[in-house]
Amino acid sequence: MPPPVVAILGAGQAGFQVAASLHQEGFTGRVVLIGDEPVLPYQRPPLSKAYLAGQCGLDELWLRPREFYAKQQIDLIYGDPVTAIDRGRRLLRLASGIELGWDHLVLATGARNRMLAVPGAELDGVLALRTLAETDVLRQRLEEAREVVVVGAGFIGLEFASVAIARGTNVHIIEITHHPMGRVVSEQTSRFFTGAHIRWGAEVLLGTGVARILGAGGRVTGVETTDSRQLPSDLVLVCIGVIPNAELARDAGLAVDNGIVVDEYLATADPAIFGIGDCANFPTPFAAGRVRLESVQNAVDQGRCVAASIAGKREPYRKVPWFWTDQGDLKLQIAGITAGHDQAVIRGDPADVQFSVFCFRRERLIGVESVNRPADHAVARRLLAADPMLSPAQAADESYDLRTHARRIASSPGG
Amino acid sequence: MPKVTYVHPDGARDVLDVPLGTSVMRAAITNGIDGIVAECGGEMMCATCHVYVEPDQLGRTPPQSDDEKAMLEFTASERKPNSRLSCQLVATEEFEGLVVYLPETQV
Repeated sequence: MPPPVVAILGAGQAGFQVAASLHQEGFTGRVVLIGDEPVLPYQRPPLSKAYLAGQCGLDELWLRPREFYAKQQIDLIYGDPVTAIDRGRRLLRLASGIELGWDHLVLATGARNRMLAVPGAELDGVLALRTLAETDVLRQRLEEAREVVVVGAGFIGLEFASVAIARGTNVHIIEITHHPMGRVVSEQTSRFFTGAHIRWGAEVLLGTGVARILGAGGRVTGVETTDSRQLPSDLVLVCIGVIPNAELARDAGLAVDNGIVVDEYLATADPAIFGIGDCANFPTPFAAGRVRLESVQNAVDQGRCVAASIAGKREPYRKVPWFWTDQGDLKLQIAGITAGHDQAVIRGDPADVQFSVFCFRRERLIGVESVNRPADHAVARRLLAADPMLSPAQAADESYDLRTHARRIASSPGG
Repeated sequence: MPKVTYVHPDGARDVLDVPLGTSVMRAAITNGIDGIVAECGGEMMCATCHVYVEPDQLGRTPPQSDDEKAMLEFTASERKPNSRLSCQLVATEEFEGLVVYLPETQV
């Protein structure tokens, strides 16, 4: 019998991790990693941070050098997108016409940017930031830009805004809700970051949408807001969230609901097919229900979990989620998922630009957002990995030692 | 370019020329040295580029930031007084002859 084949669809951080971990976990079959971008697998986080700012070069983005894949016996196919999954015959079809058989299939297809559906969205100078190719265009255009409009105040939009303003560019940030990064952070943290961007010199327009994008000669010249303001602009960055790439899964008859639906082992209803990373919708003890997370941690840990599972060490996925964003001199670190909290207390003083927001639901700690307080973040990851048993009053009391608390719960029965 | 020696748990050694301004982590990744994972890419959000610096040479390395101290709590192998995150060991002239020991495991 030929050795089993694992086909990994998507060569981002999640797909790469499966490939890198399979042999380490003892898998002896063939590993095929298939990406649709025409470059080696790379890290995305620096694209909107150090790489955009010109502080790190292309050679620092590759997850591993080219030789790694041969040495690890990973068949890397890139620049050849998969066009169909045939579950009955256990085949993948690639754009080039190649057909590839598989025994285990890992869907790590990621997500793509949502597009702005307004007149003028197709004008030259309306840009996106997700892939390396897009970032290279953006980086070049930013050099000449004088007036930048950022549509959408999530992590990516705000990271870009902080890089642009540090270059001396005028920046306007438009956000349809009243809370920048509101999908993932508390009101307290959202307000603090809004204030920081205003202090750095950006104009922040909240509760405002884009009515249309204005142009002349095919190039963008400005943005008209839903409250009829006209902002001059020679560069518009649209970052209004993503759509999970789940079409191949859906066409193959797998359940899709805000991502590819998987169980606690990250398997779809077909036990030979897994879904991980940005494209996967999975149940987690760290939220009230199912979630789909877009982060390095989620991609890497889920990749490891599936590699172990394929190698015969099946365990449910239960890692504490964590996230980070760098904006100007602020580093925000998040442990857990704070969405859905009903109480938030602050440890430290935002005026000192060093504080954490501890978020609770029904008096149980569910997540911690730390600004320039790495020790709080570290302790939060430990607390969330067990039953935190931390009260809001203890969290807010700076004289209450959290490290001692974490040690105590780690050594308590059942902790 | 300073020469840095990476000692694997089995005693095998790799010697790299690390360009000034490049971290011990980045040089290892670029040159395909096993034993450094660097999951977060040098953002001090993980502890998978953990190394032990030759104790006599600790004085040649830059001081630890609060971020590094916090993340060193998450090393998969034992944290020792000479534990460092290699992403924070950015090469200077002083790194000539530096020896770092790779831990048994990073995850």
